[in-house]
Amino acid sequence: MIFLFYLLSGVALLSALMVVFSRSPINSVIHLIICFLAIAGHYILLNAQFLAVVHIIVYTGAIMVLFLFVIMLLNLNKENEPHKKLYTKLAAIISGGMLLLVLTGAVKSVALIPFNEKFDSQIGLVGNFGKILFNEFMLPFEASSVLFLSAIIGAMILGKKEKITNNE
Amino acid sequence: MDNITTAIKLIPLEHYVFLCFALFSIGVFGILFRRNTIVMLMCIELMLNSVNLLFTAFSAYRSDAAGQVFVFFIMVVAAVEVAVGLSILVMMKRNVNSVDVNLLNKLKN
Repeated sequence: MIFLFYLLSGVALLSALMVVFSRSPINSVIHLIICFLAIAGHYILLNAQFLAVVHIIVYTGAIMVLFLFVIMLLNLNKENEPHKKLYTKLAAIISGGMLLLVLTGAVKSVALIPFNEKFDSQIGLVGNFGKILFNEFMLPFEASSVLFLSAIIGAMILGKKEKITNNE
Repeated sequence: MDNITTAIKLIPLEHYVFLCFALFSIGVFGILFRRNTIVMLMCIELMLNSVNLLFTAFSAYRSDAAGQVFVFFIMVVAAVEVAVGLSILVMMKRNVNSVDVNLLNKLKN
């Protein structure tokens, strides 16, 4: 169990680093997919089965395929990204490290919540999840459908070819 | 039932917190480090996912399903964000023929 946790964590962190350092965007996408699969494994370890399945379907199945589709459509796989200056890279490394340091330092000094002894093993399952989603969270659920509609319209308008108008 | 409880208890919550912070920091670092817009979008996805994992860990330790419902909504927002972001990227590639984020400064003046 502990071994599985550390294995999945190591895979997730390594592939996340590879996303940043890969030269070509296709390699970044592949490493991000590996990272997401490791995170899905973490969900299963935490007994959140519905989320694990949805995560695999939505992220690795839909979003990452969308990324790959755009990369191949636009032929972005050329490795001609201009290099940033050295001091910019150094600043990125330092600020990322400082953020990690501050966050871990903040957590080290607080007592996190203890484990809830009235443990309910059913909370991650589909039936219980659906009951909560359609009772307590009904309004956000319906609002998210409006969000999706606006995203569809927005993506279509953005993707449309602009007409060149010479009015002036 | 008892098996699941002991299995989840075996890993302290702090380990999940540190893992999520590390993933989030890698995402922030990637945004600052790269100039390719599509890799920056992927780093945003990475940050969203680290928050999702943290929500799920707290939800499992508290036995509170509301956290997992929140993760569901974050996934919805992430899907919407990717769809709009990628269409902006397609438009940018069509107009300036590059995905370098430094060229997106036309709103400045």
